Amino acid sequence: MIDFELSQKVQAQKDLIRSLAEGAMRPISREFDEREHEKPWDFLKMMWDVSRGQSMTGENSREDPEAAKKSGPRENTLTAAITIEELSWGDAGLYLTIPNPGLGGAAVSAAGTPEQKKRFLTPFESGEPKWAAMAITEPHCGSDSAALQTTAVRDGDDWVLNGTKIFCTSGQMAAEKSDGFVVVWATVDKEAGRAGIKSFVVPAHTDGMSVIKVENKLGIRASDTAMLVFEDCHIPADNVLGSAEVAKSTEGFKGAMATFDATRPLVAASALGIGQASLDLAREELEKRGRPIRYGISDASLTAMESDFIDAESDLHAARLLTWRAAWMMDRGQRNNLEASMAKAKAGLAVTLATQKAIELMGPLGYSRKMLLEKWMRDAKINDIFEGTQQINMLIVARRILGYSSKELS
Amino acid sequence: MFDLELTEEQQLVRDTVASFAQNEIRPIARDSDESGTIPQGVIDQGFELGLIHSALPEAQGGYGEERSAVTGAIVAEELAWGDASIAMHLLAPRLVAYPVADGGTKGQREQVLPRFTKGFHAATAAVVEPRFDFDTSRFETAAKRENGSYVLNGHKCFVPLAEDSDLILVLAQEGETQAGFLVERGAAGLTVLEREKNMGFKPLSTNEITLENVKVSADARLGGDDGFDVARMVNLGRVGLAGLAVGLARGAFDFACEYAKERTAFGVPIAQKQAIAFILADMAIEVDASRLLTWEAAAKLDKGQDASREAYRAKRYAANAALKIADNAVQVLGGHGYVRDFPVELWFRNARGFASFDGTTIV
Repeated sequence: MIDFELSQKVQAQKDLIRSLAEGAMRPISREFDEREHEKPWDFLKMMWDVSRGQSMTGENSREDPEAAKKSGPRENTLTAAITIEELSWGDAGLYLTIPNPGLGGAAVSAAGTPEQKKRFLTPFESGEPKWAAMAITEPHCGSDSAALQTTAVRDGDDWVLNGTKIFCTSGQMAAEKSDGFVVVWATVDKEAGRAGIKSFVVPAHTDGMSVIKVENKLGIRASDTAMLVFEDCHIPADNVLGSAEVAKSTEGFKGAMATFDATRPLVAASALGIGQASLDLAREELEKRGRPIRYGISDASLTAMESDFIDAESDLHAARLLTWRAAWMMDRGQRNNLEASMAKAKAGLAVTLATQKAIELMGPLGYSRKMLLEKWMRDAKINDIFEGTQQINMLIVARRILGYSSKELS
Repeated sequence: MFDLELTEEQQLVRDTVASFAQNEIRPIARDSDESGTIPQGVIDQGFELGLIHSALPEAQGGYGEERSAVTGAIVAEELAWGDASIAMHLLAPRLVAYPVADGGTKGQREQVLPRFTKGFHAATAAVVEPRFDFDTSRFETAAKRENGSYVLNGHKCFVPLAEDSDLILVLAQEGETQAGFLVERGAAGLTVLEREKNMGFKPLSTNEITLENVKVSADARLGGDDGFDVARMVNLGRVGLAGLAVGLARGAFDFACEYAKERTAFGVPIAQKQAIAFILADMAIEVDASRLLTWEAAAKLDKGQDASREAYRAKRYAANAALKIADNAVQVLGGHGYVRDFPVELWFRNARGFASFDGTTIV
């Protein structure tokens, strides 16, 4: 039955994370924006202690229909989306650097065998803080993942990786500063195109993997974005996720791309948190100055400011409902490729515009680094770019609604 | 718990109304727009679907089915996919029937509701007023209590089916409260002006009405001394309009997609060009976004909660989205979108109406 009210459990989680965001993230938000490349270790250790063993990316949430029958509907992905929105309401940069299986873990969950899931994810339940990252983008290719040039060659019991990866979120933490891992996309057969692309788990500190640069960025500065070089990097044969065989079809590549169906709603959720933070603050400041936002009155009676605010808020909320839908479908084991891209495209744009609008509404105050609005506008923009730019997601939506292949519409 | 699954009953209703819209409404939409009339046969068929009386109490001849704003939004979307004007015509009697069923006194229910159960019966509500800054937070139409009866004065517009209605629910300001009055068509001082000529919604007959010292008995006040929940009626109206806007938008989106896949330019279907494909993708997102916002407001109303913010947001968003989508559909068809051989210009004109109406269709 159609219902938009969150379950008590999810609502309780939302409230809990909100208070954590207020109490533990906001107070250090500005500091770790200004001190780029330094880590808030007290905060990270605290988060590791409270969340260890739980994934924020809601992995394992592809529903096993039999299990679902027994345990009732699950809300892992929806819970993850709500959690991430609230953490990002606190600070999106800090959220991104919380020790967690993250995107690498999502890839293992989506494409790994049960044995691989156990081997790679269990360490995240104990010990010191760990990170896992996902390395796809290369200097010459981003959205066109199929054009990647990093190679994986079989050598006895090993795979040997060679290539360069950029824009790897938490790459430094996963590769060097913890006992986590990096999932690397590489081709085992360039002639085979997409079908030749596989993902490989490279454990931290593996010889031949090195971080040669950590990016200086517009926003999300608390999160490290790394350039990784692989030089004759040897990993065990059974670190390839899924099958190593190069199939005639591109099913394997599609499987890898399916990871995005799980992660895109979560990026959208992060966007929502930043946007909500900006609008909440702008509304509060306007109320203090005796200019509350009025709803329900005629368009002619609304001030331009109110009209803009309501539109930005509505766009953001529309993106939220699209995000929840994509997460809800994931929890039910339904294919959500279209819906995930819809949510991501809408949320990335909505937050980009909402954060700009919030600054505008605050006049000269909004531009000052005394307030967090300017930071949020900088943080927001990444959501319009990573995990597939707005344009790539629009392309996916277009292909799906028109029934076109990537060849027919590119 | 967050859930987007329709009940089996809702799926059945959706499918039934969708096939009616496709088979009966869509084929006559253009002729109806040109002539400003709707064939009686279609109106009767619409009634037979139970659009009005299925959710009225059995005691008054209805089927006593549970009322649901979500189901109402679904019905509105499917009907408006066929044609928004015809949808509004078919649903207009709800403007009186539902508020009376919800908030009427026993006497009012017994007197009014049976009229709606035997066949399509025109009745309407007068909500909108002809001024640029009209909104439902305050009516200029005034009701004054005098010696146990009420005197109404005011001016209303966009009153659907006013010419044929025997009963008009007039929303008015009574000091600081808002109230509704059941005004019989023959009441002295009530004038139904000539049919309005609007940019769109041409098949839907609407009129301005004026009330000059219209005297009605205390029994005509909806809900008696307790009154009725005008805000809730407005919210239900907004959800209804939002649902209609979603249906219109989806119709325009569907049509533009089909056209873009068939129309070729430079050797390929224009849908294979990003300039067109991105427009269509944006339409798809905005249709779904509008629907989700509409259902959110409707679901909250179904729980009996205050959904003023949600209903306002849904209506505003869906109205704006529908206009943008219809505009883009015209653009995708180019010159063919501009000529009346295709339905797209009709949807564009109709879409502009949603921002101008308020509280006029109920779910």
